[in-house]
Amino acid sequence: MTTSELQFDAPADPVVDGPVLQVEDLHVSFPSESGRVRAVRGLSYHVSPGEVLGIVGESGSGKSVSSLAVMGLLPSSARITGSIKFQGRELIGQNDAELSKIRGRRVSMVFQDPLSALTPVFTVGDQIAEAILVHRKVSKQAAAKRAVELLDLVGIPNAVERAKAFPHEFSGGMRQRAVIAMAIANDPDLIIADEPTTALDVTVQAQVLQLLETAQEVTGAGIVIITHDLGVVAGFADRLMVMYAGRAVEKGKVDEIYQQPRMPYTLGLLGSIPRLDVSEKQALVPIKGQPPSLTDLPDGCPFAPRCPMVVDACHTAEPPLMDVDGSAEHAAACIRTNEIAATDAEGAEAAVEIFGAEVAAEPEVAKIPREQRDIVLGLDNLVKEYPINKGVVFKRRVGTVHAVAGITFDIREGETLGLVGESGCGKTTTLMEILNLQKPMGGEISVLGTKSSEVDAKRRFAIRRDMSVVFQDPMASLDPRLTINDCIAEPMQVHGYTKDEINRRVPELMRLVGLRPEQLSRYPGEFSGGQRQRIGIARALALEPKLVVLDEPVSALDVSIQAGVINLLEELKSKLGLAYLFVAHDLSVVRHIADRVAVMYLGKIIEIGEVDSVFEAPRHPYTQALLSAIPIPDPVKERQRERILLTGDLPSPANPPSGCRFRTRCFLHASLPPEKQRQCIEVEPPRETQAPDHEAACHFAQIRQVL
Amino acid sequence: MATFLAFTLASATFDPIGVLQQRNPPPPAASIEAKKRDLHLDQPIPQRFVTWMGGVVQGDFGRTITDRPITDELGRRIGVSLRLFLLGITIGILFGVLLGVVSAIRQYKFSDYFATLFSFILLSTPVFVLGTLLKMGAQGINDSIGTNVLIFVGETTPGFQGNWFEHLGDRLQHLIVPTLAIALGQIAYYSRYQRSSMLDVLGSDFLRTAQAKGLTRRKALFKHGLRTALIPMATLFAFGFGLLVVGGTFTERIFGWFGMGDWLVTGISAQDTNITATVTLFVAVCVLFSGWLADVLYAALDPRIRVN
Repeated sequence: MTTSELQFDAPADPVVDGPVLQVEDLHVSFPSESGRVRAVRGLSYHVSPGEVLGIVGESGSGKSVSSLAVMGLLPSSARITGSIKFQGRELIGQNDAELSKIRGRRVSMVFQDPLSALTPVFTVGDQIAEAILVHRKVSKQAAAKRAVELLDLVGIPNAVERAKAFPHEFSGGMRQRAVIAMAIANDPDLIIADEPTTALDVTVQAQVLQLLETAQEVTGAGIVIITHDLGVVAGFADRLMVMYAGRAVEKGKVDEIYQQPRMPYTLGLLGSIPRLDVSEKQALVPIKGQPPSLTDLPDGCPFAPRCPMVVDACHTAEPPLMDVDGSAEHAAACIRTNEIAATDAEGAEAAVEIFGAEVAAEPEVAKIPREQRDIVLGLDNLVKEYPINKGVVFKRRVGTVHAVAGITFDIREGETLGLVGESGCGKTTTLMEILNLQKPMGGEISVLGTKSSEVDAKRRFAIRRDMSVVFQDPMASLDPRLTINDCIAEPMQVHGYTKDEINRRVPELMRLVGLRPEQLSRYPGEFSGGQRQRIGIARALALEPKLVVLDEPVSALDVSIQAGVINLLEELKSKLGLAYLFVAHDLSVVRHIADRVAVMYLGKIIEIGEVDSVFEAPRHPYTQALLSAIPIPDPVKERQRERILLTGDLPSPANPPSGCRFRTRCFLHASLPPEKQRQCIEVEPPRETQAPDHEAACHFAQIRQVL
Repeated sequence: MATFLAFTLASATFDPIGVLQQRNPPPPAASIEAKKRDLHLDQPIPQRFVTWMGGVVQGDFGRTITDRPITDELGRRIGVSLRLFLLGITIGILFGVLLGVVSAIRQYKFSDYFATLFSFILLSTPVFVLGTLLKMGAQGINDSIGTNVLIFVGETTPGFQGNWFEHLGDRLQHLIVPTLAIALGQIAYYSRYQRSSMLDVLGSDFLRTAQAKGLTRRKALFKHGLRTALIPMATLFAFGFGLLVVGGTFTERIFGWFGMGDWLVTGISAQDTNITATVTLFVAVCVLFSGWLADVLYAALDPRIRVN
């Protein structure tokens, strides 16, 4: 590999002294039907060479808009004022041709959604080569060769072949790697990563973060990483800036922000994240209300309506960023920072104190030992396969997708089982089979002791009363043309409730999920995501079910809203003695809410058991890898943690590996002597009891602490 | 299938003998009987179809009611039609796409409103009105120049003498106005679709990625945007062609071109089953061909379709 003309410069060779990027008093606004949207209002920050700046905020806080302004990629309708200096050169007011010389050459960007970030009609190699060809006078062959090198650098196996592939032939993680390859192609001085891992699975997220670190090492570039997840930036960023309603509300060194947050919003954000590394029940801090409308901002502090510490003075003027604790680096926009500093607690604990969050009580049934409680839902060796057909006229079966390959678990009264795994592992298929209540292809589903294969349509209808579902996307799961009243009443109408009963029950349900019954005549479009999810929960509870199936109920919500919904679910469980099947890919949420957890891999459960036992002492290498991939919102812990990085993506469920399905990506398997490896290849490991209520399916199971 | 239906329908409703009988003076009964036999009218309809199809397979499309072999005229007529439509549609697609793209890029600007207005006026103008207007326009141009540059009757000057080059020139002179009549409508039609498909692409992430790489907006739009925006258009292009060949009846009639559309009208008014069936068969072949063409276009434009 010698294309000397295209090598990276030696890292850390500052072209000019001072910051790579200096943003001063940036304002961005857009026209809209309800007035000008002031997306960014007076933002100032800088990035030094080789430094990583994290920008954190909820959706609509202006974090993406401000970075697009740096790239000059905002629509022409945007009005941008202030100053953006890149290596001392003013970018605002430059035309497209001049900006395009800097874009991709000196500043590059990694976007959120890797699935749509690549042009579908060109090969990946061509698209990377194009990034080089635009800026440098090199031959097409040299650029193509460099593209392959870059793909190799970002960890795509068999890069020569894969460079010829089209984007649709790449998985999400691989596409994000390709986008990063493009971003570092010209050895930039600044890389802006806009939520680079949000759309990815946790294991892939860990790989991509690692890759960004590598990218920073080879290019020596400054990095701006934008995220809503405080965990992602904890171990990676040097400095942090928290944005709210278009402004920076707190900034400082990472450790300072996590340990001594001085702005109630930052406190709330920190307190709202369920922690993977905390075993005792932790109180989650919900931030009530919603971010303000950017067209019509209040006079005072924009966070005041949601702030637990609000005083009259907050409403008079918007507080500027002021240095706190006598540190020139740490600044917060709050008039009561001194009082926050006076509390003894640190970080998230201070948040719990200030926001007054509480842990929901254990439900009554939980006091009875598990074995004596009724089984609400039981799966016994459930199998679901899909045929792969080929041909248009004469369909022939050419293969089988083993989506669910024999899984067994049960959920008892008043218990939450968390079902976790990467996308494609069969979680959703399992869920659909349970909800379908048909006779399964193999195995058995039983609900409250009734087997689904033995029931007729009438009985099945009756069972459905005891089982309800809350879906992932609160926007799509409510009919926009029905009022909230109709939405919640529908299941009761179907099941023959009288009008009086319904009219009595619907307002009751609204209060139960923390909404006001006066809002019943409104339509779903008038509610925020968190509120709609509450409506979805109210609808699920209408028939007083015993079991609620929750399909990623909080993954579409912002962190501050997510905490409120999780708290609600816990409260309901305690009040109504519900059992939950909680499907999620976010292990932190599962640790927080679940009593037991089942880890799925390629259609099989590889580890199952009591939640603390599985999280504290995971036996299966896959569980260990999953847990170690999840970032912890604590910079000190995060930097010390050792990451187990899984290689590659999930194998195709149409052609699972023989023996142990995980062996192709297993670090333990790779470290074994050949005769032991043979056992992994030839014998499928059975699920064996490792500890009380803790089973794992691995021949060489051993405890490894990863938190 | 379409051909069979058209044949059956034509056979059942046409009554060439009736026309013959009503002639004044009435032809002798014997000659009517002979005509009946010639046209196979003594056979039941399915059998007539089989007979006709049998001929078609061997390249014989039967004879017209005036007893001329259809096959002879078929080639010439297809040539006339294809010459007109291929050119018209190519220009239509080219400029339609261009206009659509410009419209989309400059959305809500003057040029977009203008293109929209132009398209709607053209789309709501019946082709015979447009044809007549074009004729008048061409006449005006001819008058102002003083010679007949734009000829709008027929596809070639009858009895034209000269070498092949002059022949080509003569044909071109005839071609311009009718081609314009077809192309204008097509431009209007395609530009609307292209505009909306381009607008979808304009908001896409990959266009932003392309710009982030350092491509200028214009370059990114044409290299990454246009190609992707063309994908949904492939079906439209292909089937638009298939259907236009018949839809061009009016155009052919207005400009006195003896193509397939014109022939269909002639065939129906002469109560000629064979002509009607032949034209229908031709259209069916065109549609099938366009379906195939659409698939090929799709595969060429969109790698996701190229399986194996």
